Amino acid sequence: MKNNKFKIVIATVFSVFILASCSKQLDLLPTNDVTSTMVYKDATGYKQAFAKVYASFALTGNNGPAGNGDIQGIDEGTSDFLRLYWKAQELSTDEAVVSWGDPGIQDFHNMNWSASNPMLTGLYYRSYYQITLANDFIRQASDANLAARGITGADADNIKKFRAEARFLRAYQYSVLMDLFGSVPFVSETDLLGTVLPKQKTRAELFAYVESELKAIEADLTDARKNEYGRADKAAAWALLARIYLNANVYTGTAKNTEAVTYAKKVIDAGYSLIPDYTKLMRADNNLNTSEFILTINYDGVKTQNWGGTTFLTHAPIGGSMTASQFGVDGGWGGLRTTKAFADKFTDITGATDKRAQFYTAGQNADISDLSAFKDGYAITKYKNIKADGSAGTSLTWVDIDFPIFRLSEMYLIYAEAVSRGGTGGDATTALGYINNMRQRAYGNTTGNITAAQLTTDFILDERSRELYWEGFRRTDLIRYGKFVESTYVWPWKGGVKSGTGVDAFRKVYPIPSADISSNPNLKQNAGY
Amino acid sequence: MNIKKTLVVLLFAIIGISVSAQDRTVTGKVTDAKDGAPLVAASVTVKGTNKGTATAKDGTFTLKVASNATTLVISYLNYATKEVVLDSKNTVNVALSQTADQLNEVVVIGYGSVRKKDLSGSVATVSAKDFNTGAISTPEQLIAGKVAGVSIISNSGAPGSGSTIRIRGGASLNASNDPLIVIDGMPIDGGGISGQANALALINPNDIESFSVLKDASAAAIYGARASNGVILITTKKGKKGAMKVDFSSQLSIGNVSKKADVLNANEIRTIVNANGNASLKALLGSANTDWQEQIYQTAISNDNNISMSGAIKNMPYRLSLGNLDQKGVLKTDELKRTTVGFNLNPTLLNNHLTINLNYKLSSSQSNFANQGAIGAATFFDPTQAVRSNSARFGGYWEWLDPNSSTGLKSLTPKNPLGLLMQNDNTSNVNRQIASALFDYKVHFLPDLHVIVNTGMDIAEGKGTTIINDSAASSYNRYKDAANKFHGGVNNQYRQTRSNSYLNAYLNYAKDIKAIDSRLELVAGYEYQDYKTTNYNFSDLTYDKTVVSSPNYASNVPEYRLVSYLGRANLNILNKYVLTASVRQDGSSKFNPDNRYALFPSAAIAWKLKEEDFLKTSTTISDLKLRASYGVTGQQDGIGYYDYISYYNLGSNSAQYQFGNSFYSIYRPGGYYFNRKWEQTATANVALDFGLFDNKVTGTIEAYNRTTTDLLNEINQPAGTNFSNKIVANVGSMENKGVEVTLNFQPVKNKTTTWDVSLNATYNKNQITKLTISDDPTYAGARYGGISGGTGNTILIQSVGYQRGSYFVYKQVYNAAGKPIDGLFSDLNRDGIINEKDLYQYKGNDPQFFFGASSNVTYKKWNAGFVLRANVGNYMYNNVASSSGTLRNFLNPLGYINNGSRDYLTSGFSGNGSNYYLSDYYVQNASFLRMDNINVGYNVGKVFHNKANLKLNANIQNAFIITKYKGLDPEVNGGIDNNFYPRPRTFVLGLNLNF
Repeated sequence: MKNNKFKIVIATVFSVFILASCSKQLDLLPTNDVTSTMVYKDATGYKQAFAKVYASFALTGNNGPAGNGDIQGIDEGTSDFLRLYWKAQELSTDEAVVSWGDPGIQDFHNMNWSASNPMLTGLYYRSYYQITLANDFIRQASDANLAARGITGADADNIKKFRAEARFLRAYQYSVLMDLFGSVPFVSETDLLGTVLPKQKTRAELFAYVESELKAIEADLTDARKNEYGRADKAAAWALLARIYLNANVYTGTAKNTEAVTYAKKVIDAGYSLIPDYTKLMRADNNLNTSEFILTINYDGVKTQNWGGTTFLTHAPIGGSMTASQFGVDGGWGGLRTTKAFADKFTDITGATDKRAQFYTAGQNADISDLSAFKDGYAITKYKNIKADGSAGTSLTWVDIDFPIFRLSEMYLIYAEAVSRGGTGGDATTALGYINNMRQRAYGNTTGNITAAQLTTDFILDERSRELYWEGFRRTDLIRYGKFVESTYVWPWKGGVKSGTGVDAFRKVYPIPSADISSNPNLKQNAGY
Repeated sequence: MNIKKTLVVLLFAIIGISVSAQDRTVTGKVTDAKDGAPLVAASVTVKGTNKGTATAKDGTFTLKVASNATTLVISYLNYATKEVVLDSKNTVNVALSQTADQLNEVVVIGYGSVRKKDLSGSVATVSAKDFNTGAISTPEQLIAGKVAGVSIISNSGAPGSGSTIRIRGGASLNASNDPLIVIDGMPIDGGGISGQANALALINPNDIESFSVLKDASAAAIYGARASNGVILITTKKGKKGAMKVDFSSQLSIGNVSKKADVLNANEIRTIVNANGNASLKALLGSANTDWQEQIYQTAISNDNNISMSGAIKNMPYRLSLGNLDQKGVLKTDELKRTTVGFNLNPTLLNNHLTINLNYKLSSSQSNFANQGAIGAATFFDPTQAVRSNSARFGGYWEWLDPNSSTGLKSLTPKNPLGLLMQNDNTSNVNRQIASALFDYKVHFLPDLHVIVNTGMDIAEGKGTTIINDSAASSYNRYKDAANKFHGGVNNQYRQTRSNSYLNAYLNYAKDIKAIDSRLELVAGYEYQDYKTTNYNFSDLTYDKTVVSSPNYASNVPEYRLVSYLGRANLNILNKYVLTASVRQDGSSKFNPDNRYALFPSAAIAWKLKEEDFLKTSTTISDLKLRASYGVTGQQDGIGYYDYISYYNLGSNSAQYQFGNSFYSIYRPGGYYFNRKWEQTATANVALDFGLFDNKVTGTIEAYNRTTTDLLNEINQPAGTNFSNKIVANVGSMENKGVEVTLNFQPVKNKTTTWDVSLNATYNKNQITKLTISDDPTYAGARYGGISGGTGNTILIQSVGYQRGSYFVYKQVYNAAGKPIDGLFSDLNRDGIINEKDLYQYKGNDPQFFFGASSNVTYKKWNAGFVLRANVGNYMYNNVASSSGTLRNFLNPLGYINNGSRDYLTSGFSGNGSNYYLSDYYVQNASFLRMDNINVGYNVGKVFHNKANLKLNANIQNAFIITKYKGLDPEVNGGIDNNFYPRPRTFVLGLNLNF
């Protein structure tokens, strides 16, 4: 009897041991998240993953407006692509100043950014984030994977288009990195995650890559103006080619103005036209401006919420005596204004003659004595969360305004500048026609038209500023014109000095973030940093 | 061959069985020498054999002994063991005396217990008689300041808020630094549950008998996987045989805010605005003189009643306890009501061969959570404004208005602090049940072998609602529906359930080996732990229940599991040398199958010098023991559950993307780290335990060195190589070195007076020794510790060569008079510009030294005592001063007036630029001396016709604090003092009745 009890106890204990050795016990899976094979089992899953590749432009994460961010180490609300890109391209120039004390933000005015600037780090990793997503999608959408998953016919054809667009987005981000940071690490879909340390490509190598990639996907992309709104088509690839060709001399030391003319013309000839009213460009329902917009980042006050993008561009310039409700939002953030150097690009800042002059001056000083005071510097009223007919957007907090990455005006200006810089295949008369086309929209009549003699290269820089201000072009333009770091052109607070000052030439590229330098031994920091 | 048979044969072969002739019967009675009460279940054995019995409930025993037996050994827990020579006696009556000698105390260790004098590892115990007294609603506060090397800091002054416990500074960076907590053998999940952030708040402190703190690797390694930050074993009270005893206690406490944030008053604000503001700001000044902090705080009256009954029904000892706590917070509307039930049965069956311990604990709490946002609002809100407006809008509370905004409110302004409290109704209901059963079977024919099975469940459910009226300014018109109609307020639910299960089975074999006068103890076991949480997702609703957003999934069920095998051998040779070795293999579901298992070994030796001939006769040195240990422990808490594969996460409905006219939900691949594995901490420990003058003075001096490798550390990923730019990987190492001293002594002991003093001191030095894969001298480290001020500013850094959590700041420049110069910082790298490259590592939040001192004097029927705590070398970032003590804050550029820190009168900072947030001016010395507790008690003695004993006591908790720190409280976990919920000063009156 005793022995039996003992046996029972021992048997119980050991059966527990034996049960336990079943190691499957430790295989646990998440409840709602799924693996790649489950996502990519059908065309619907492909489109949802594909939507994320685009959405990483607009959103800061997987929860709108915040709470599940893509990028770590930076405040999520400031971690979207446009807000960061815009700061790097605009706050470092004469077009914009900000009053805030976010970490690193004043460095753009002071032109003293370092490799640990959190905004630049965030921007760099945001660009690579979209590249990494694109790489993953391209891998998943390979012909072999489609065949293995039994996706054929129209579905497969669609997914091949997605794949070409993912390659476009990747090329776009490499063009951004090339422009901002110079020589950067390169990863493509053939580098499996976590297996290789990316190697650095020089700026010229990146240029060659972006150029060849855009040409390689041209045939696979949907014809110009035939794709769904918000998706890249052939015109987007041409527009990006035109843009990098215009800057080729900066990137490679060799000008490619003829190519710039060619590709700008291809876009222009695809049937785009300017919308009639410049002041309706950046409105809540500007998704209707498809005659002018070539590719947009799409926002929605309810369905695509975040604290950056056009929400930032609408709220941040509202302050002082401005009335937020006139901008279709619930309040201003009292941050962004502009310098007198930019306001002076217009002979009449009231907007009465050139309607592109959208300034708010009441209670504002043209001169900036204190960068942190909103009243110093005119405010800009370009972005309004109000529809063209005056009705409100879907939300007062998150705005509906879409942001054009490429629009027709830029192509006009590229054409004119490339011709003026000696590019062939175009002509000055056509260029003048394009410029006056834009100016007629701005003035509402022909009084603003210029003559062929007035259409100089320098004029085009100012005209770009008037037409494209606050759309993320200015830093690149000033560098192309040799006016970014040089002391020959200064603006208030350039280099952290009220009257403006030149800075070291190495600041024409931003530093590679120290976060990447310390984790990838293949990388060499840009000179000067 | 069948396993059972093999095992039985093996065991027989190893141990050998001796069977003796039994030829006479000895009977007798074992009693307490003090009062003659029978001692139940005292052990009576024949010396030199394993033959024995236990006394019955009347203290009597009957034992058949061999003819050659000479001596009986009679022992009883916490009583001095007696040996009685049998000669020809057949009746043996023995009176045992309770041992005052604490060295005979039995200490609970992992998977067993041991006499304190036989300990080889570093285990500190605190039992009920040494607990902190007063209004204590959460168990860990019972031992705050009592144990060297253990820092326990309450997280805030809110009712039921938990504490941050650090044993020897913690071992990790990004993984958890919380110790493992084991209640009656069951490891519990340290995380709270919705509606109750502190997991321990659900245990009634009155049910706790003792704490054991396992500090070194030898003691803790038996808990392997989760032991890197130390282990705290909590043993709850059990039933005792004998007549029913009833213990009733009742406490009334009154708490007040002893210190408020030091802000300007209304007149000072008027002066500043009139001197510096523009006309429109001046026009905003009100005529009131409101102390907003006065408005939001209250006197908190709380009461706590407990009753327990213990005794035995026949052979069934039981203990039943009921507790009822109603604790109010000093912040208006804060309240915690908690009812606890504890039930314990610990019968001994099968002729004392089977001991069963059944525990059931139920805790049911109802909380009303105050909106703690009111604390910050009260420091910022303009004191020139009245509390109430003359309008019915926004519940009648005065708010900053903007006639042009759609809500009528000025955006981005602070909201009326009292309105934030009164218009917010957040109530929760949390029920938690812990049931555990322990079976200890002493094998019938082999009493040296125990089979122990311990199993339990911890089931909890927390749920609640947050309701904010749609008139409240904080969420006024927050949502515009498709028909352009506005809806405000909040009407949201939350719910979480948790179900953790635990099974542990082990064999314990103990054998005296006479030949070498030694004792061998072996433990081998298996353990299974499963932690499962269900998070329910609810729609975000406005007050009128309009849906603002809906979740993708109704619930989410994160779960992780640990499977472990453990073994320990303990050899006590000649009662002089104790050798202990343990090994544990742990498997965790959080790692990929190749990295899942890790082995955690440890070894220790203790040398009882006092037992050596050269000390045996010493009258000065009454005890002396040298201990040394080394071992490795692991860590896998505080990291993601499924991170070794990339999983795709479906975006929320408000994070869709538009193609054409359709919006698409997005699938995002998540960051992952395939090779993640256990973080390991190796600890070396040496210690000297001593007793002097008949143990009137006892103490321990202990030194340790802990090295954590494969740190679970959030590192940057090379761009383009992962779906996350930062991921927790095993990179880096860190060291903690320290010395601990504990001293207990009795300056006075005579017939009327006893005075006990207990002191402890800890020195801990922490240094990060590696953080990145490739050494990059330009990489300062990982910045963290978000502050209020700017967007995304951080104040702390993990840097190689510095302590964990150093401040990363600009060096403020001061003028000749010692006043900081606004916006002027040292250009540390001398490149002519001030940027991040000029930040430097400065001090840290962790103290280098911390001390605890308790004193207790008993004089006749009176007793009085105090508990002091001190920290030295700890710094604090005064975020209240940095975010509000500037002119720019008072004259807010968005067009309204703020109040703020009085520090402005010292610094005169303008608030322009952003670098000033990161000035070392705001990193302030937070060393302190705190009188945690002063208590007085009076033992009234017998009352109610001698039927009961009554004791009265009074306490002052958090009586005073001496510090140079300029903010509210120098003890804020995390090192950033930003609108801290003040710890109240509490006056307590209590009575205790035993019958």
